[in-house]
Amino acid sequence: MGTTFVIDLSVLVLAGFVGYSVISKVPNTLHTPLMSGTNAIHGVVVLGGLLLMHVASGWLEHVLLVVAVAFGTINVIGGFLVTDRMLGMFKGREPAKGSEPAKASEPAKGSEPAPTSKDDRK
Amino acid sequence: MVSGTVFFQTTYFTDAAYIVAFSLLIYGMGGLTGPRTAVRGNKIAAVGMAIAVAATLLTPGVWHGTSTVILIIVGVVIGTAIGVPAALRVRMTAMPQMVAIFNGVGGGAVALIAWVEFRHHFEPGYFPLRTEIFELFGAIVGSVSFWGSNIAFGKLQEVLPGRPIKLPGSSQTFLNIGLFVVAVVSAVVLCAGVHSQALFILGILVASAALGNMVVLPIGGADMPVVISLLNAFTGLSAAATGVALNNTVMIVAGMIVGASGTILTNLMARAMNRSVPAIVAGGFGGAVAAPAAGGERAGGAVRSTSPADVAIQLAYARQVVIAPGYGMAVAQAQHAVRELERALESRGVVVKYAIHPVAGRMPGHMNVLLAEADVPYDLLREMDDINPEFSRTDVTLVIGANDVTNPAAKNEPGSPIYGMPILEVDKSASVIVLKRSMASGFAGIDNPLFYDPKTAMLFGDAKASVAEITAEVQAL
Repeated sequence: MGTTFVIDLSVLVLAGFVGYSVISKVPNTLHTPLMSGTNAIHGVVVLGGLLLMHVASGWLEHVLLVVAVAFGTINVIGGFLVTDRMLGMFKGREPAKGSEPAKASEPAKGSEPAPTSKDDRK
Repeated sequence: MVSGTVFFQTTYFTDAAYIVAFSLLIYGMGGLTGPRTAVRGNKIAAVGMAIAVAATLLTPGVWHGTSTVILIIVGVVIGTAIGVPAALRVRMTAMPQMVAIFNGVGGGAVALIAWVEFRHHFEPGYFPLRTEIFELFGAIVGSVSFWGSNIAFGKLQEVLPGRPIKLPGSSQTFLNIGLFVVAVVSAVVLCAGVHSQALFILGILVASAALGNMVVLPIGGADMPVVISLLNAFTGLSAAATGVALNNTVMIVAGMIVGASGTILTNLMARAMNRSVPAIVAGGFGGAVAAPAAGGERAGGAVRSTSPADVAIQLAYARQVVIAPGYGMAVAQAQHAVRELERALESRGVVVKYAIHPVAGRMPGHMNVLLAEADVPYDLLREMDDINPEFSRTDVTLVIGANDVTNPAAKNEPGSPIYGMPILEVDKSASVIVLKRSMASGFAGIDNPLFYDPKTAMLFGDAKASVAEITAEVQAL
């Protein structure tokens, strides 16, 4: 029991450092998906509910655990789904056929509108 | 039941599966370092979680008795029935609320599990002290997170008023400290092994519930990005503590990843507001602050208001336009209209960029998600440090529903409450157009000298309608 505890503590500390270095690299753009993704991950508490269900006794403990399992499931399923949905919306500027829009906008940039802008604003 | 010699039901199998599971969780989260790898990363993390759940369900004894089976299924079905529609239907403008309530739900689960553990292992000495400490930590922090998140949800959903709700003077602080002491003392008494344990368990749960309410109620809307991040960290840490108590490595690792993520975000957000986390948690900033020099500072001149047609001309003949969105854009649901305007301008050869302040909106990355929903390519969005040097080369900056994050007082007025906060230096561009509903001040309750700057023009009205009118005018030119 003593050594198990020490191992658990070691895992706790190491996971803290790993988590810190992995998450530090997430750019600002993805901070909302990061938060909803971590919502899904702390849904891991559902495991606690599953593991304790068979040792619980009495209606109160069972109700508490059913709620805990439901909460954890909401986190896991809801969290991963909403993150997936959100991440699907993040798009770059069409990398494959990027040449086409670039061509369309570049001549426009250099040509008439820009010079006339000066005159119109005055 | 089935004999323990079946390989799937040995603890070796569970442990091995857990190692695979937490590796996938870490690897998956690593994918979030870039928008291209993020979708896959999220899926990998989901696979990791599925393996963890499957391995747990295969652990010997978990399916002991039919009532256990039924109850587990009931819990999972209820959770799925609530979680799936919520995830599929939520609008991107409502993401802050969604994240807040998901934080709360996780914290609540931790607190409930801790409660059951304690009720069940009533006999003193059943748990070693060290395990009890982690369990109690989980109970206290988990329920603070649960109740705090519910209040944050209420504020964001506008069920509760967004302004700070606070007891007068420092009595709020004393009350909070008092509640914290009650929770901790109850925990210590429990560890010492008294007879009326039920009472002290209740003491912990009630005191930390009240504490969760009391800590978040006094916090104003603009401080929400910090609060949500902090509650996220709390939930993660409480999950990790419960993992130690249950000797479950996946819970420890997953909880610590979330704890680290929440901590990093909390610090980033606090730094972007130039305020310390304790000062934000102490609350009461904004609304209550009587803008001190509001009358005197207006010597700079009167406010100049403009029309959509004039704005359209200015934008259409600019070389570079920067759009600085804030919470007002989210409230008006104007992101799609903004994208239309950006397209109209781009088709005329105007370079359009977006300037994103880290605390614009109500949660970290809020603006990015809204604009992503409106199909704005993420490479058009520039972070504060990248865009600030560009303002001097910008013809027109369009401020849409942002206020405090553009307030030059943060740079120029040492007496200002937000002095020192890093801002988007929109006042350096050749001209500024501010879209705003009225002259009301931002959440910090501070006057914004930007509005009185001679090169600033104000366009009053609903942001979505205003932007649509500007777009129509641009297209008609």
